[in-house]
Amino acid sequence: MLVFLLRRLAQSVFVLIAMMIVVFFGVYMIGNPIDILISPDATPAEIAETMTRFGFDEPAYMQFLKFVGNALQGDLGRSFVHGESAVTLILSYMPATLELAALGLFFSVAIGVPLGVYAGYKADRWQGRAIMTGSIFGFSLPNFWVGMLLILIFAVELRWLPSTGRGETVEVLGMRLSIFSENGLKYMILPALTLALYKASLVTRLARAGTQEALMQDYVKFARAKGVSETRILLVHVLKNIMIPIITVLGLELGSMIAFAVVTETVFAWPGMGKLLIDSILTLDRPVIVAYLMMTVIIFIFINFTVDVIYTLLDPRVRVKGEAS
Amino acid sequence: MSMTAPPAPAPISNDPGRAWRIARPLAGIAVFGSLALLFGGVDVGVFALRVVLLVGLVVLAAALLQGKTRKFFSGPAAYMATFSLFVLVVLAIFATEISPQNPYDLRQLSIMDGRLPPGSTTFDGSMTFHLGTDEQGRDILSGILYGLRISLSVSIIATLIAMLIGVVVGIYAAWAGGRIEAVLMRIVDFQLSFPSILVALMLMAAFGRGLDKIVIALIIVQWAYYARTVRGTALSETRKEYIDAARGLGLPSWRIIFRHLLPNCVPPLIVISTVQVANTIVLESSLSFLGVGVPITQPSLGLLIANGYGYMLSGQYWMSMYPGLALLAIVASINLVGDRLRDTLNPRLTR
Repeated sequence: MLVFLLRRLAQSVFVLIAMMIVVFFGVYMIGNPIDILISPDATPAEIAETMTRFGFDEPAYMQFLKFVGNALQGDLGRSFVHGESAVTLILSYMPATLELAALGLFFSVAIGVPLGVYAGYKADRWQGRAIMTGSIFGFSLPNFWVGMLLILIFAVELRWLPSTGRGETVEVLGMRLSIFSENGLKYMILPALTLALYKASLVTRLARAGTQEALMQDYVKFARAKGVSETRILLVHVLKNIMIPIITVLGLELGSMIAFAVVTETVFAWPGMGKLLIDSILTLDRPVIVAYLMMTVIIFIFINFTVDVIYTLLDPRVRVKGEAS
Repeated sequence: MSMTAPPAPAPISNDPGRAWRIARPLAGIAVFGSLALLFGGVDVGVFALRVVLLVGLVVLAAALLQGKTRKFFSGPAAYMATFSLFVLVVLAIFATEISPQNPYDLRQLSIMDGRLPPGSTTFDGSMTFHLGTDEQGRDILSGILYGLRISLSVSIIATLIAMLIGVVVGIYAAWAGGRIEAVLMRIVDFQLSFPSILVALMLMAAFGRGLDKIVIALIIVQWAYYARTVRGTALSETRKEYIDAARGLGLPSWRIIFRHLLPNCVPPLIVISTVQVANTIVLESSLSFLGVGVPITQPSLGLLIANGYGYMLSGQYWMSMYPGLALLAIVASINLVGDRLRDTLNPRLTR
């Protein structure tokens, strides 16, 4: 087990280093950051001075070593636009994205599991087919367009929910969250639903496949023979067995949820990491772009690592295979 | 093919299999050739080229479904999706001929016609804007038709090239084995562990806007996916007897790869690539919506939606609503057709 953990950890570190190289040379080496740091009519002397101040006059590998050295100390540079440390900036925007992703995950389970179980139960009937065709639309609807439709219906026409922005926030554990206040929650519903739609169709399909398979198992036949009601079979026997793969997939999907939040946050002007990233890309604020990427990479590596470890703990076969190879 | 061959060779028309074997490569060449010529900016006989493209596409689709049409068209959803996909492709191919206005020809535009609701006419009453106009007086319907063409062609080209790279890498990895395979597959794993939208966003941030750039970004995002799939198929195929037999006959590697292995690895890709085209359209439109995709002079559906978004809250819904519906229609019909194709062509599902 320890060997497995160490090997997995070494892999993660390797991915992190590889990502650092890709990100650095991708973002820093293309284009000229001087153009946005200095006014176009600056004198050559001023340009040279700024180049030295930011270290752009040094060779690429020196810049990279410096970047790595600073990164190891948790310093990914200063935002050109906000003038703050890029890491602090991202961290202050992060809670908004995380709570949006969390509510989105909740919605996708709350919508997807009941629909999927029902579709699996009525697999060959029109209800099942209709849900499956509907889930294709869930896959097909572009994220941003769904968001716009929701705004048009619930904010502009019906005026039930606010259209854009973030509501009241409450300080919880040092983070400003809006999920705990009624007003804040109102602002979260539409963006979270938008974010959840794609995942909800994924969960629907998973739950349907799982239900179809579970219904053919002996324990369901036995329960039926015992005279257990169909509702109880679905809600207790089937549901328990299909939730494990769904939770695993959702754990892995949390990362992509954070990535997709870029689009949703832009539509709803939600002040999270994704909106910050887009604004930084449009204003060429490189340190923030790099910091965002590095933080996302760390989140991803952490999620993948955790999922692998939990898997190994739950399923001895993976462990044995890993140690044998 | 039968043991008791007739003394005189049967006429070609009596053997449907043979006709298809001739038609398929011809249609493939027609499609690729006309696509290449159209994007190479060849001006000669553009209309004829488009007709060739359409005919080629239809023949290819028919060849794909040959003998399985009944299974494919089970249920109304399959009919509707195929029909709407066909209509949308025709609209995209003949956008210049069909659309009432060239929305990017400034001589045809008048700022006086800006932001008109659907159904209004031009200033002088010479033309009706069935879906309204945008802030610069461009007809939304024409914009959609042109945008549809850009969305479709960008995604199809990116998917085809990514598939080509993926097939080469995947087969090479499976055939070479050992360290080469390990390294290639680690790269694939590394890339696939990050969501495509994030990777594409960063690439576009680095490249800047542009049609060629977005195609490159979409290729980089997708190739690894195909490489992994092809490697899997190729690995299981190389273990089968016919490859052993070919090796036993002393055939050279290139011949085994191209004549025996490759034809058996590609069919599973057809279904995947159909669905991937839809995903690519969504990805491209998301990038364009975020402002890092296609250039303003060549708007795809995503950019049209982004342009109209600002007017949505003031009730001028048509500017982004109708391009959005077009986007939904094309993506949903591709996905539905892909879903049916998977059920039809996947041998694992046949009971």
